[in-house]
Amino acid sequence: MTDPVAQRPVVAPNTPPESADAPACAEPVFRLRDVVVSYADVPAVKDIDLDVQANHITALIGPSGCGKSTVLRCLNRMNDLVLDASVRGQVLYHGQDIYASHVDPVEVRKLVGMVFQKPNPFPKSIYDNIAFGPRVLGMKGNMDEIVERALRRAALWDEVKDRLKQSAYGMSGGQQQRLCIARALATDPDVILMDEPCSALDPISTARIEDLLLELRRSYAIVIVTHNMQQAARVSDRTAFFTVDLDEGERHRTGRIVEFDSTERIFQNPADPRTEAYVTGKVG
Amino acid sequence: MRIAPTSQRERVLGGLFRAALFVSLAVGILTLIWLIFSVVKEGWPRLNLDVLFHFPSSNPELAGAQSAIMGTIWVVGMTAVITIPIGVGAAIYLEEYADRDRWWNRLIELNIQNLAAVPSIVYGILGLAFFVRGFLGLGQTVLAAALTLSLLVLPIVIISSREAIRAVPDSIRQGALALGATQWQTIWRQVLPASIPGMATGSILALSRAIGEAAPLVLLGGLTFITFNPEGLDSAFTVLPIQIFNWISRPQQEFHVLAAAAIVVLLVLLVAMNGIAIFLRNKYQRKW
Repeated sequence: MTDPVAQRPVVAPNTPPESADAPACAEPVFRLRDVVVSYADVPAVKDIDLDVQANHITALIGPSGCGKSTVLRCLNRMNDLVLDASVRGQVLYHGQDIYASHVDPVEVRKLVGMVFQKPNPFPKSIYDNIAFGPRVLGMKGNMDEIVERALRRAALWDEVKDRLKQSAYGMSGGQQQRLCIARALATDPDVILMDEPCSALDPISTARIEDLLLELRRSYAIVIVTHNMQQAARVSDRTAFFTVDLDEGERHRTGRIVEFDSTERIFQNPADPRTEAYVTGKVG
Repeated sequence: MRIAPTSQRERVLGGLFRAALFVSLAVGILTLIWLIFSVVKEGWPRLNLDVLFHFPSSNPELAGAQSAIMGTIWVVGMTAVITIPIGVGAAIYLEEYADRDRWWNRLIELNIQNLAAVPSIVYGILGLAFFVRGFLGLGQTVLAAALTLSLLVLPIVIISSREAIRAVPDSIRQGALALGATQWQTIWRQVLPASIPGMATGSILALSRAIGEAAPLVLLGGLTFITFNPEGLDSAFTVLPIQIFNWISRPQQEFHVLAAAAIVVLLVLLVAMNGIAIFLRNKYQRKW
């Protein structure tokens, strides 16, 4: 592992907040070693080594079909919902193997929040959308306060405080996506996974989400899959570049990480020519 | 480039097509209106509260359908109590839990489709052998009739509930699971509430079918001359379609008039049930 302090991007706007100056030996939130995810015994991604640090935004970029989303969904065991999916290797969350046989995926998902590609609010009121997670987790405390805190953290409170009892379907797409972020924050996770959270949004809504991400970095580790390289360059601290290879006589397409480094290095001085070709727009 | 006028031929064809569609609609609606009109006209002399409040009698002047109306409410109400939980439960299992790759799940699915097409008289025979006499030996009671009608409408309830569950987008389930909800919490708090309008509509339409069924209950021995209301699940009973059938088969013209009046009562009951279905659907949709 390279020293995250030394490798931190030096240029604005990517300066991580003070809390990011943790010592290099700090236990990462996620540590992946030799991870292989297979669908029906065909590997979709291989040799995945990835560290996710607290108070950092980690971006996963690469061409379509390279397995970025597959790796993301390993982190909260959403791959378990796909029939025939299997995960080998180590996925450590604060040092605990989340694929150990005694671990219930439901318990993992309580600790790891997720935001999806398309905003997916529940067909309920704004209030009930936020309150759903705390309710099923049996969280103690005043629900009104929990809802307000989550909406404030997602910078949505002022826009919706007068219509909490109205349907979430009446909101704009960007508001719905921030509601989904607020919903994930309401259960107090320490990591938020985001699967192309802006791909269904217009540039203005996208900018608001990106501002929000930089704000949330103070308190959370964020892992974001994005197709938008500018977005990765704008918001992330560390970037993993994925590629897809044809394996075994071109029968399978398998994703791998080509390079994982500080975002600045990936975009300005990548070690691998494939990374350079991709980030400079020569391919992909 | 000049914009060409629509050719005469295309305009005529378009008009003909439109007219044909309108005629199809009109045939259905007019037949229905004619049926309702002729029934109301025939039953008009007896369309008063006596039909609702008098018990059957051999004197057509005094006879009414009170015991049949109450019997229908008892039997169909009990059918709802039996069918809806079982039907919704089966639908949840098939949609949310069953592994489609297993042959027994596919067999169950196929059989439910087939059961929906079985003639109702067959359920009557089954009910007679199984509920009235054999295994359960309930006799000719409200409960035996409700169990038989439950078998009849269960496939319809399951199929419509499955469709309602399937209409709930997967993104809702994923969103709930990603928050740490268990599969059961996801189903109970997200999938079921979102599919209630569809389930309510399907269930009430299924019960509307049960309300008009005479054949299986005739076979069960739903007695046709009952001069008292059901007092419980073990009561003897009659229902409206059987009462109507009985009156129409009598030689006296006065009973035919009475039958027409009872048909109107049955129609009003059906319209009311469909009204409830629409009300429920709209009520739950507005909440979103």
